[in-house]
Amino acid sequence: MTRPRKAAAAAAGDGPTVRRGRPAATTHRPSGTDSTDGANGRRSRAAATAVPTVAAGQEAEATENGATRAESGVTAAKSGARARTEGATRTNGGRPGPAGQPPGVDDAAEADDWQERVADLLAFLRRRLTGRYEVDEFGFDPELTDTVFYPLLRLLYRHYFRVEVIGAHHLPTHGPALLVANHSGTIPVDALMLSVAVHDETATHRHMRLLGADLVFRIPVLSELARKSGSTLACNPDAERLLNAGEVVGVFPEGFKGVGKHYRDRYKLQRFGRGGFVSAALRTGTPIVPVSIVGAEEIYPIIGSITPLAKVLGLPYFPVTPLFPWFGPLGMVPLPSKWLIEFSAPIPTVGRAEDADDPVVVFNVADQVRETIQQTLYALLERRPDPFS
Amino acid sequence: MRVLVTGVGRYLGAHLAARLAAHPRVERVSGFDSAAPPSPLREMLDEHRVAVLTGEARDVAVALARSGADTVAHMGIISTPGAGGRAAMKEQNIIGTMQLLAACQVSSQVHKVVVRSSTAAYGASFRDPGVFTETTPPSLAPRGGFAKDVIEIEGYVRGFARRRPDVITTVMRLAPMVGPQAETTLTRYFSLPVVPTVLGRDPRLQFIHLDDALELLVRAVVENHPGTYNVAGEGVLVLSQAIRRAGRIAVPIVEPGLGALAALVRALRLGEFSHDQLDLLVHGRVVDTRALVEEFGVRPRSTAEAFDDFVRGRGLHRPAFAALRPETVEAVERTTVEGIRRLGECVSRPAGQSRAEVTR
Repeated sequence: MTRPRKAAAAAAGDGPTVRRGRPAATTHRPSGTDSTDGANGRRSRAAATAVPTVAAGQEAEATENGATRAESGVTAAKSGARARTEGATRTNGGRPGPAGQPPGVDDAAEADDWQERVADLLAFLRRRLTGRYEVDEFGFDPELTDTVFYPLLRLLYRHYFRVEVIGAHHLPTHGPALLVANHSGTIPVDALMLSVAVHDETATHRHMRLLGADLVFRIPVLSELARKSGSTLACNPDAERLLNAGEVVGVFPEGFKGVGKHYRDRYKLQRFGRGGFVSAALRTGTPIVPVSIVGAEEIYPIIGSITPLAKVLGLPYFPVTPLFPWFGPLGMVPLPSKWLIEFSAPIPTVGRAEDADDPVVVFNVADQVRETIQQTLYALLERRPDPFS
Repeated sequence: MRVLVTGVGRYLGAHLAARLAAHPRVERVSGFDSAAPPSPLREMLDEHRVAVLTGEARDVAVALARSGADTVAHMGIISTPGAGGRAAMKEQNIIGTMQLLAACQVSSQVHKVVVRSSTAAYGASFRDPGVFTETTPPSLAPRGGFAKDVIEIEGYVRGFARRRPDVITTVMRLAPMVGPQAETTLTRYFSLPVVPTVLGRDPRLQFIHLDDALELLVRAVVENHPGTYNVAGEGVLVLSQAIRRAGRIAVPIVEPGLGALAALVRALRLGEFSHDQLDLLVHGRVVDTRALVEEFGVRPRSTAEAFDDFVRGRGLHRPAFAALRPETVEAVERTTVEGIRRLGECVSRPAGQSRAEVTR
């Protein structure tokens, strides 16, 4: 193997590289904890850069492309490092660094940190270009999800919808769980935000595996994005397989009835399908965690549906919102509502496998979950009187 | 143990016959096919003293009686239409299987039947579960001729197993085979300089190494493993990943243009793309192999290992053929990282010195 040593380490999955893009901060955690997290992370990273990145004498094969990339990367690194050290100097009032070190050391560490980021990015690109990454049997690509999808979604999650999470301690750090949530918002943005919430709010950074409608897997591009981010078809074999493998599975039993409902019906839970999710949970002994999502109803308020157009396009509905389709692409920008996501206490199902085929039990558990979510939604709405606060 | 192997005119059947002939527990191997094996296979079979009988589908009864076989390995199932077109393919697959099973049913010697099937039996569609187990029924009737044949063949085999419960019946559902020696539509596909894919689709694929497939078939014949088994390497490669591992470049084509492309490929004699394969390249197919590993007690090479061995064995990374060689990508990465490190040193050293001067 002639790979750079650090890249090899990153490929082996050790070191702080995997979670790099994700600051430990969450919206409601006290800010003190995350600043120390960040500092620790940076120190360990700086220590790691003491290892020489590249064996000497391998620079012979410089290509023009590589050279220009290197240059631009370093100019950015330089300006970034300068900005940060200037900030530090201002707060310190011109005194030397806190540990009594000469300031140059800190500066070098910053520069190394930047170089390492570029090296990580290049290693990531190399793995993508040569196909050296792992995909699970459902097509889930954890590397792509953590490096590309989550950072993009996190921008929406933090700054646009300002998602606030309640009851994250109900999420298990290990082992299976079935998250059952209310569905709304015309397009399933709520599912994406929920997966970010699950990832960022669990200490083990769990990936929620979504169960999607077959429509999702019929549409090109969308189907592949869904598979790569960990989704699979909502059917009992897949659900039970994922739960038996100890995954966190997310399901929206209302389906299109929930996501495509009229704005006047907001926060009114629709019928819960056939309760297939309950039998999957009972059969595998998986706790059911009811999840209530407030905020998604307001992003694209549906005031009508053009049914003939929906039929032609093979869609369950063709939404008409105050902005769509009148304003074209502009109408596709979601409204910046304030979001709350609450995880309720899990409903245990251990040792009830024989109930999985009893329709009465299945419907009762489904009703219990539904009632929990509905009541929690009302409580959350009282906490958030103004949708756009 | 005396074995009759059908389909010895093709790679899989011939190599299975040769391997069985070399097995200590096998006394004698006979072969049957509608056409005589081509030269290299012919020589290999002669070397292993495999007696080959040729004839029409109904002659298999004669071949069975003459061979005195107590075990039948039915490899005479073809996945792509050859010179005779789809009609000949269907004739061989369906009528050949019916005749063979009819002969086995009335035979008092035969006590084991091993049938080569395919994971194509599951079809490929967006309404299917992500992972097929042996018990998953196909949710849509498949479009492809081969998939239809396989489903029909398995139906006959189930009927046979019901009527002759004393006979050990094994159905091996093989995933697409790869390996340095494999010569299939898919291996030719991955050897193309630019590989056409379907726009917006990145199907999950699974492969079985040809050698592992043969090894498992030998075990199915020599040992007793009644039932139906998915035969595939664990794990998954998505199509884009496989193409990059082969050092190729993908050229996405919109789904409606696909049929035209398949026709063009056929017209240029580059290969034969059936509906089976087109559906596979749109929706992909993944099977569960737990039953195989538990029953046979061996773990075939994973999908990724099998594919990498195919890429290595075929020399797909040779500079003249590969557009995107891993060595090139690594070299570009190395020089870039090294360049950044050196420039970083140049930049940070003077900056650090100047700040030190200021504080002093």
